[in-house]
Amino acid sequence: MANEFDIIVAGGGLNGSALALALAQSEFSVALIDPLEDQVITADSFDGRGYALAVASQSLLNAIGIWEQVATNAQPILEVVVSDGRAGEGASPLILELDHAELEEGPMGFMVEDRYLRQALHQSIADNSLIRSMRGVRVQSQSIASDGVSVLLSSGKSITAGLLIGCDGRNTQIGEGANIKREGWSYGQTALVCAISHERPHNGIAHQFFMPHGPLAILPLPGNRSSIVWSETTAQAERIHALSDAEYIAELKPRFGDFLGEIGLCGQRATYPLGLSLAQNTVAERLVLVGDAAHVVHPITGQGLNSGLKDIAALTEVLTLAMRRGEDIGRIDVLERYRKWRSFDVSTTALATDTFNRVFSNDNPTIRLGRDLGLGLVNALPGLRRGLIREAAGLTGDLPKLLQGRPI
Amino acid sequence: MTSTVDPAEVAKFEAMAAEWWDPTGKFKPLHMMNPCRLDYITSQIAAEFGRDLTKRHAFAGLRILDIGCGGGLLSEPMARLGADVVGADAAAGNIPVAQIHADQSGLNVDYRNTTAEALVEAGEVFDVVLNMEVIEHVADPQAFMTASQQLLKPGGLLLCSTINRNPKSYMAVIVGAEYVMRWLPKGTHEWNKFITPSELIELLKTAGLDTVDSKGFVFNPVSWNWSISDRDLSVNYVTASVKPA
Repeated sequence: MANEFDIIVAGGGLNGSALALALAQSEFSVALIDPLEDQVITADSFDGRGYALAVASQSLLNAIGIWEQVATNAQPILEVVVSDGRAGEGASPLILELDHAELEEGPMGFMVEDRYLRQALHQSIADNSLIRSMRGVRVQSQSIASDGVSVLLSSGKSITAGLLIGCDGRNTQIGEGANIKREGWSYGQTALVCAISHERPHNGIAHQFFMPHGPLAILPLPGNRSSIVWSETTAQAERIHALSDAEYIAELKPRFGDFLGEIGLCGQRATYPLGLSLAQNTVAERLVLVGDAAHVVHPITGQGLNSGLKDIAALTEVLTLAMRRGEDIGRIDVLERYRKWRSFDVSTTALATDTFNRVFSNDNPTIRLGRDLGLGLVNALPGLRRGLIREAAGLTGDLPKLLQGRPI
Repeated sequence: MTSTVDPAEVAKFEAMAAEWWDPTGKFKPLHMMNPCRLDYITSQIAAEFGRDLTKRHAFAGLRILDIGCGGGLLSEPMARLGADVVGADAAAGNIPVAQIHADQSGLNVDYRNTTAEALVEAGEVFDVVLNMEVIEHVADPQAFMTASQQLLKPGGLLLCSTINRNPKSYMAVIVGAEYVMRWLPKGTHEWNKFITPSELIELLKTAGLDTVDSKGFVFNPVSWNWSISDRDLSVNYVTASVKPA
């Protein structure tokens, strides 16, 4: 029996939506399933969330036709300043500065608010005749047959395809349905996320302060606004989150001093528990996991969405080449190519962010001295620093074509 | 399949189909090599017939013969690309096995227990004849090549892959693949039946075909995969030949 779709994508967040567009560009027919209703996706209000997009991620958004729509609302990141700090003391004199002038590709990355990405993806999907977007429905169950996978939806409807892709986040139901186990741990830290408006311009500089309880990132948004990702021990984060807006700002201000002048909240506040969570396998017969469903890492180096977009670029390339060879795209030997391509990068990112967080979320004087010297050393060696800049921009490794901004 | 087929026979063929198509099973070496073979086959067909592989069903309207089709590892991809495919195998047991798998995959392939010579006699002609890893197993290579040529329409394309004959290929295929890695059953190949590229091109020429391309299929034991090489034809290699219009 012929399948109704080539591919079913379960989860229509940023990853699932970008994946559906990338697949449709290779002429795959896609069903995109998401429990959220359309109006939630298209809401215009700013919820305080923003993403630091690496240059490679921007290339992918460009390749799938989204970048043009978000470019006017994107803030280029011109410089990243990493410093060691203790609340109230300000930054250590030994700091690491990563400047885009050392990178021929232009800015190191871009800050884009969640709402602009959401809206642009939603509009492009609505305009794409190869994507059937099914909002407000859940996947009830999944079953694998010899020539495809069948998915029962909460609407009572059943759909079939050659491949099912789980983009349904860290609590992935698709992965669970395939009995894929997960491993990981909590960091005992929670990120407080908000956006602030400030008196003085940020000049496109992103700051990362390493505090004893966890890192604080100040990421530039368009205008005199910045996105804040502020990690604290979970107990402390819960206490701060419960405070009034004025008390919250009063807690935040001494943590990064007054270089931006007076600050105030804009948008909503949110908290995210921090942990490492990796699926033990990212592929099974006729099934693939992508993004947070495959791997959740510490957001310390801003790799969450960027890492998901790398999955999308690699998977789209593997499936496109398989389709052009006439291979069955749902077969495990095809899907294994994606798993192998991504596994090294995912495990090194997980290990690096884990180590980074353990070394920097620490008030031990020896470790503080060591990391200050380390940051100073990296700063003093141009070759090493340029390597780090390229790494942060996502321009290293065996890059899938979409991340290079090239068609497959 | 009609209802007169013995269910026990069907179960046996289903098990054999599963075995043919298991990427980690008995036919693992073929599965490992298949993406590389398909890259060559699809690019040569696309170039010869002016097809765009970025489009779906790029081979629609092309009639392709897969000689020595086995379980259908090449026939199915060609059918998926939209071609009208005949899979022929002299081993009768392969036909129901390949047919069951094509049915399970929702693909339409015309599998037949026949030979190249019998197809010539029946007056069948094709745009493309795939002759992959077959010639080293036939009794009379020249007669087989001539039959393959007769099966082509004028302007048709013959793709032929086989194994070179030299000490390296002996080590790689007989000692390496059959004895050390146990990838292939011992006795799968007879080394004296292997053919060098110049011998193959001569066979093709005598049959009336112009060889337009030849490449090597090279296994890299470090990255553990196969790739196409312009220069290294020392073990596995492939040729593309055209029947003059």
